[in-house]
Amino acid sequence: MRLLNLFKIATKAIILNKTRTLLTMLGIIIGVASVIAMLAIGEGSKESIRTSISAMGSNMITIKPGADDKGPARGSGGDVQTLTLENYEVIKEKADLLSYVTPLVNGSGQIINGSNNWPSSIYGVNPDYIKIKVVGLQSGSMFTDAEVKSASKVAVIGQTVVENVFPDGQEPVGQMIRFNNIPFKVIGVLEEKGENTFGQDQDDVVIAPYTTVQKRILAIDHLNQIIASSISEDEATEAVTQVIDILRTEHELLDNQEDDFSVKSMEELISTFSSTSEMLTILLVAVASISLLIGGIGIMNIMYVSVKERTKEIGLRMAVGAKGADILMQFLIEAILISITGGLLGVLLGLGATVFIEKFLNWPTSVALYSIVISFAVCAVTGIFFGWYPARKASALDPITALRYE
Amino acid sequence: MSKAIIKIEDLKREFTMGSETVRALKGISFDIKEGEFVTIMGSSGSGKSTMLNILGCLDQPTSGNYEIDGVKVKDLTKNQLATIRNEKIGFIFQSYNLLARTSAIENVELPLLYNSKVSTEERRKRAIEALQKVGLGERLDHKPSQLSGGQQQRVAIARSLVNNPVMLLADEATGNLDTRTAYEIMSIFQELNEQGITIAFVTHEEDIATFSSRTIVLKDGNIIQDYKNENVQSAKEELAKLPKQDH
Repeated sequence: MRLLNLFKIATKAIILNKTRTLLTMLGIIIGVASVIAMLAIGEGSKESIRTSISAMGSNMITIKPGADDKGPARGSGGDVQTLTLENYEVIKEKADLLSYVTPLVNGSGQIINGSNNWPSSIYGVNPDYIKIKVVGLQSGSMFTDAEVKSASKVAVIGQTVVENVFPDGQEPVGQMIRFNNIPFKVIGVLEEKGENTFGQDQDDVVIAPYTTVQKRILAIDHLNQIIASSISEDEATEAVTQVIDILRTEHELLDNQEDDFSVKSMEELISTFSSTSEMLTILLVAVASISLLIGGIGIMNIMYVSVKERTKEIGLRMAVGAKGADILMQFLIEAILISITGGLLGVLLGLGATVFIEKFLNWPTSVALYSIVISFAVCAVTGIFFGWYPARKASALDPITALRYE
Repeated sequence: MSKAIIKIEDLKREFTMGSETVRALKGISFDIKEGEFVTIMGSSGSGKSTMLNILGCLDQPTSGNYEIDGVKVKDLTKNQLATIRNEKIGFIFQSYNLLARTSAIENVELPLLYNSKVSTEERRKRAIEALQKVGLGERLDHKPSQLSGGQQQRVAIARSLVNNPVMLLADEATGNLDTRTAYEIMSIFQELNEQGITIAFVTHEEDIATFSSRTIVLKDGNIIQDYKNENVQSAKEELAKLPKQDH
């Protein structure tokens, strides 16, 4: 009852000073709105990185040969031939956290179709590859395990290759092309994937059975990579550990020896990129928080002036029976109302700004619920914190002095 | 006779100003009985204001006893004093002290907002009644800026009545008003007094004192005169005698 009355008194005082209240709120409004908008931009860019990496296959695990530490000079990873087909087979058999595994050998060369030619890369893989990379076929089909086993000269090609070696719109499926003078029959065309996050053209590729590439093109029997996908994104980290354990056993490494291979999941890549954008988010939020703080000081300033200005009124209220606590509550409620209303308007403005940024600047944004909750809570706390001092000052006034104050 | 609303016994009030001690009240004793209309007079520096602050429970005496409606005021906490002001005393000030941009009725409701025993409906009802008593039943929603000085003081009187106090305490309540309006206000005070309300009226104007039933005169912190007024003037009659205003 008493609190309700004080609430009424405070609301009335706010309404009587509309313009001033609104100007006071402005600081809080801008503060909250910028916190929300900044966090939305930060979250948005984080999410867009995540989606574009996911498009490359977020469950993907890459196993590469590691640096050779046996000699005096370390060779770079890839120069050594520590990954073998046996390794692949053991992994495929033992790693139950993986859903797909494929060996990968790659080389580059010239693709020739009649008078057209184009430099590209060839990937020798098994049929699991398109499932790991999450890429569909536009036409034709993927080669089969049987074709891998028989080292058939069949290939699936990407859009960029199609555009360059079949420039006159010919249907590539069923045609013969030559890669480094080895003829391949085109049996499928990959869907367009565009560039990946690193600006690499994912469509400039020829996929063929790894057996064929190993024997006919590269003349090697080791593997350049093994790529796999974990059964789910959440299992990626454990899958990595599992693969490391298997390979260490397989390579007969002692406890004090370093891995002669490296296993990386996309998760690590995502977190590297996320942490960069997180840094940026923290920076943006720090700036926004400062404006929220300034908004709070604005409230304190206005409340302080308001107490001075209404000294006589406070004296009168005390003379007719208001206790110190009543006056304290009245001014505190005023400060909290101002900051909370400002907070609400700030949330609305922040959401509006986010929509604007998304629509007109084409920046990816994502409004996190926690940003609204946090900035709103900070706002209420700001109201209490910065309203306290002036309210305290008002309640400590001596009624006689206050009444005579001019 | 009727019971004493105010009992004051050897009341002293001293202020320390730097190294000097100012003795504003030097041991004052008097009673005010229920239904009395007392004017407290004195020139400035006589201790009048100090007296008023103590009577109004805004200040505490240095020594001596002060009892209002059976409650010993000495040794009460600030909050207890506030409750006494809220429930037992009605204040009327020289400069009205109405809340600006706030309607008459809301101004009158103010003391009841700090009394949690009074409901919203009760509060409104009592405020309307109080305004009707001072003849402003038609101006409930007027803001102070839309009212004349006399009307503003009437709103202030209504505000002082709304909590059914045991005593009205007026501080130079006619000081800002012309003679005609002052007499109008005094006639309201007299009417209220006839209805049984105890009034303590602090003033320095002699003619105001003739409307009261008793006068206490202070000088240098002592009572120099305390007399019953045998020939109480009627403010209404005096008002009729005033020359008509030229328009």
